[in-house]
Amino acid sequence: MEKLPRWADVILVPLICLVIAFVFCGILIAAIGQSPVQAIWIMIEGSFGSTTGLGYTLYYATNFIFTGLAVSIAFQASLFNIGGEGQATLGGLGVALACLLVPWPHWSLALVGSIAAGALFGAAWALLPAWLQAKRGSHIVITTMMFNFIAYALMNYVLVNLLRPLGSMDPASARFPVAVNLPKLGEILGLVGIPFSTKNPANISFLIAIALAVGVWALMWHTRLGYALRAFGKQEKAALYAGIDPVRITIYAMMLSGGISGLMAVNAVQGAAHRLVLNSVEGAGFIGIAVALMGRNHPFGIVVASILFGFLYEGGSQLAMGTTIPREVITVLQALVILFTGALPYMVQKPLEKLFALRARKAVGGAK
Amino acid sequence: MATDTFGGRQATAAPYAIELKGISKSFGPVQANRDINIAVPRGTIHGIIGENGAGKSTLMSILYGFYKADAGEVFVGGHLTVIPDSQSAIRAGIGMVFQHFKLVQNFTVLENVILGAEDGPLLKSSLTRARAELEALSREYDLDVHPDAVIEDLSVGHQQRVEILKALYRCADILILDEPTGVLTPEEADHLFRILRGLRDQGKTVILITHKLREIMETTDNVSVMRRGTMVGTVRTTETSPEALAELMVGRKVLLEVEKRPCTPGREILRVEGLTVRTDGVVRLKGVSLTIRAGEILGIAGVAGNGQSELLEALGGIAQATGQITMNGVELPLKGHKANGQTRRAAGIAHVPEDRQSLGLIMDFAAWENVGFGYHNAPEYQKNALFMDNAALKADTAKKMATFDVRPPIPTLSAKSFSGGNQQKIVVAREIERNPDLLLIGQPTRGVDIGAIEFIHKQIVALRDAGKAVLLVSVELDEIMSLSDRILVMFDGKIMGERDPATTNERELGLLMAGMVGSDSTAKEA
Amino acid sequence: MDLASFLQILDSTIRLATPLLFACLAGLFSERAGVFDIGLEGKMLVAAFAAAASYATGSVWVGVLAGIGASLLFAAIHGLASITFRGNQLISGVAVNFLASGLTVVLGTSWFHLGGQTPALVGGMRFADGPMMTALAEIGVAKSPVLDLIFGHSILVYVSLACVPLTWWILYRTRFGLRLRAVGENPAAVDTAGVSVTGLRYAAVAITGVLCGLAGAYMSMGLSAGFLREMTAGRGYIALAALIFAKWRPWYALMACLLFGLLDAVAIRFQNIDLGFVVIPVQFTQALPYILTVIILAGFVGKAVPPRAGGEAYVKER
Repeated sequence: MEKLPRWADVILVPLICLVIAFVFCGILIAAIGQSPVQAIWIMIEGSFGSTTGLGYTLYYATNFIFTGLAVSIAFQASLFNIGGEGQATLGGLGVALACLLVPWPHWSLALVGSIAAGALFGAAWALLPAWLQAKRGSHIVITTMMFNFIAYALMNYVLVNLLRPLGSMDPASARFPVAVNLPKLGEILGLVGIPFSTKNPANISFLIAIALAVGVWALMWHTRLGYALRAFGKQEKAALYAGIDPVRITIYAMMLSGGISGLMAVNAVQGAAHRLVLNSVEGAGFIGIAVALMGRNHPFGIVVASILFGFLYEGGSQLAMGTTIPREVITVLQALVILFTGALPYMVQKPLEKLFALRARKAVGGAK
Repeated sequence: MATDTFGGRQATAAPYAIELKGISKSFGPVQANRDINIAVPRGTIHGIIGENGAGKSTLMSILYGFYKADAGEVFVGGHLTVIPDSQSAIRAGIGMVFQHFKLVQNFTVLENVILGAEDGPLLKSSLTRARAELEALSREYDLDVHPDAVIEDLSVGHQQRVEILKALYRCADILILDEPTGVLTPEEADHLFRILRGLRDQGKTVILITHKLREIMETTDNVSVMRRGTMVGTVRTTETSPEALAELMVGRKVLLEVEKRPCTPGREILRVEGLTVRTDGVVRLKGVSLTIRAGEILGIAGVAGNGQSELLEALGGIAQATGQITMNGVELPLKGHKANGQTRRAAGIAHVPEDRQSLGLIMDFAAWENVGFGYHNAPEYQKNALFMDNAALKADTAKKMATFDVRPPIPTLSAKSFSGGNQQKIVVAREIERNPDLLLIGQPTRGVDIGAIEFIHKQIVALRDAGKAVLLVSVELDEIMSLSDRILVMFDGKIMGERDPATTNERELGLLMAGMVGSDSTAKEA
Repeated sequence: MDLASFLQILDSTIRLATPLLFACLAGLFSERAGVFDIGLEGKMLVAAFAAAASYATGSVWVGVLAGIGASLLFAAIHGLASITFRGNQLISGVAVNFLASGLTVVLGTSWFHLGGQTPALVGGMRFADGPMMTALAEIGVAKSPVLDLIFGHSILVYVSLACVPLTWWILYRTRFGLRLRAVGENPAAVDTAGVSVTGLRYAAVAITGVLCGLAGAYMSMGLSAGFLREMTAGRGYIALAALIFAKWRPWYALMACLLFGLLDAVAIRFQNIDLGFVVIPVQFTQALPYILTVIILAGFVGKAVPPRAGGEAYVKER
């Protein structure tokens, strides 16, 4: 009794949600006396018109792929992890420590080290909320939310009191050694003869994120752990019958989620900022929620949605530079996407279902 | 139609308390009620009996304003009444006691009773009035409920009485009870029936929905029988017999004969000693001991909620337990994370759970994923150390679907798209095809159509004939009688006794199920 | 620490606790009715903006109404998503927060061209401190710091305090309160008793909107003099934490909000607190409300049990 054809569920529903969100934002832009059509042109021109713009788009998209995949893994296990922000913050600390404390001879080794450290720190920050949910029944949404704020305070303390170089007023770490700088996407593409700007922060992390998306796909649908995770997410009680340990699965799912959130720092901290700043995550943890919802919790969908949001993010900056439209228009758009895909799915799905049922009936009637 | 030959008419010419004319209701393609006519005389206890899914609950939900009938008319006290919502039903003097109570757990009895029937915007006067009235009602009908008790501290039987009080406080003249004894102990059920008789004697009308013949025969004045959405007849209880009612219910002579060879028990497969299960601080299973040998079906009879589910769950590794279980001479863990479905399956125990939709299947998963459910670690479903072999699982599913005649035989269809019988076939196929030494099977035919019932019964017997052990739990006594080689009766978490199906009868088992050892059925009123 | 600075800290505790208290009680109504609301932050923010944005009228009360109106609008979105369309209440709350955060800046920037701020509020657009003190002075009561601590606040502070017994009274002494509590525990009980679950939940969400509106109005017109982008700075989440800390009960909510207000006041006044043997960093004081809430949630110090039907849309069973 699948009510919607799969393609409609996977493509049409998110697309309609997106269109509604765009229309609302268009009205908003018109309401503040600007031209929505001009705005969208500036955004497209800015994000895709040059390889520099495209590089920025892909840089942002990389962050969102990490956080989106993180949210989706927890979602699959029926856990709403809104702690991506805090987990990515801690991941940043791990990456920074790896880059600062170890004298890496080459970026490739540093990359391995920072991936391990980022994932470890991110996963560790998810561990306690996971354990509290599994063992004590503390609501994961509230605990992860609290851990976001605790992470921020902790990071503030670490940066101000421990990592701040002598004489600096900035709550930020020292710059990383040049040896740990990651190759830019432009440099890599240059090797295979594709001209691509290097005047943007896009780096090798984008390829890591794509590989990770494939990895997550294989994990969720082709491994025993992924099977157990999805089964637990669908029917917790039945998982017990099948011998799936709820405590373990909750902890595995959350640590995977936190670890992947932490990997975001490889892109943002090591790949772009080259030092640890207070707000290295810049809301990407939350955008992960929108991306996961819009991508229907599927790695492929998440990559597509991330690139879309990367475009919106970069486009938003271009808007702020080129017009008087503030970049927060993108926040509004993001809110609407979350609202329509995540909280109001029935509003789009139900009329669609009716439409498809009507069409099916007509088709049957026509055949008679 | 049999509905015209109404047999239970009272001498008075007063209008009926309730009269339904031509009620029909469908849910999509399923017609739950078809042209139902029924008349309930005032001041009687009227039974409505029928199998699961016969449409009894739908009919009562229409009467209580939960559903809108597609066609038909409702007369209350002789007046044509439209009941669009529960508020109107309450105004019309109809009260309903649902199978699952609608009580606020952390409220007191008093608060629950006045909820929705307050006198005004402030609570004080309502509470004072309700307290006095409650005490009066409680005395009058032997309800014995303290107004300040908090619901979650009360026994199930007392909670049900709170529901009755709620209805009475709202001045209900007509009280509908939906399967009221499913969750009650026999003593509580007897007390309930005493209360109902008291209500009738005060002039109230009671409608009792049940599928238990014994309750109908003992308690009601008239009884209407439903079958597959239609009303097949209404008779005076004193003028009918359980056999006649059963025939009306099922529509054919109840002959659940399963062909099977005589039992030849072999070695001992499972030994259970002092098995105890405690959930939420209540001991549900109280030191049960039993053994099952190869080549026999051990049937567990009992009213639902007397520890059978806990027995299955402890054996299946779902519930934590204490005691000892030995499978093929090896002791199995009962506590901690080692007591789980995986270790049980490794020990040769297969489990068809009582509730397939919440335990046995992941409803959103495809059939092939469900065939791997619980066996997702099995070596034949793995490609290598890292990845599962989904193709092998799909192929295996297609094979099992063919053997068990699952329709439609499409492995990629999600479990929720199959009918109850076909869902059950998927579960049974998954568990039996592994050739387990012991099969635990609970309510194998609940919500399953007749054709599938016979098929599933044959599979169970075939497994036993192949020299395997089967533990069968069922609340359907005839299923237990026709399949089992030995019968254990459970009551209140304990085993009341063992009987040989060849020499026992339903009456004897029924007494044991009611917690009575011995054969004097009149003793229970004492 | 001398008496003056001690009194000063208590004074700012009360000021800082006021928006928390409004928001916490707002959350209490919603969650007691079974609608989880992590969008308190967003509603406060949009209310703070709307209140300050109506500065041209020159009346605080118009500002309050504007704030309440904006907050109600956002509450309606949350209600629509979580009651009518049976969506995920948590996701809806997240969306509401983002919507507020984006919309206030977009509208603020384009209306006032101050980078998301509103013009500084002056005179009649601010809640004046101590109207009661003035009255006391008129009847000849001498000014004193202690008296100032008790009577020297703006009117909204007292409104928020009055809301505590009022909430208690509504919850436990009225028909509406009984039904509200019931609908958060077992909506089926309310439904079968012939009371509309939808109506009750919308009413609760509307009260949440009004109280968040007051919280936001106090933020921009009482605590500060104008709207700044993201000015609520996580206070909505702290209020949520206070609600859990208070185990969804009104008097405990007051205690929790005062405690969290105190922590905020201490963190603002002192940087690191040197206790002689150990130095407590200011960041720890800032994180303490969240840490305490996690401890409470973990159930090590008295278990916080949320309303049983919380977070779930009510679907009539067949």
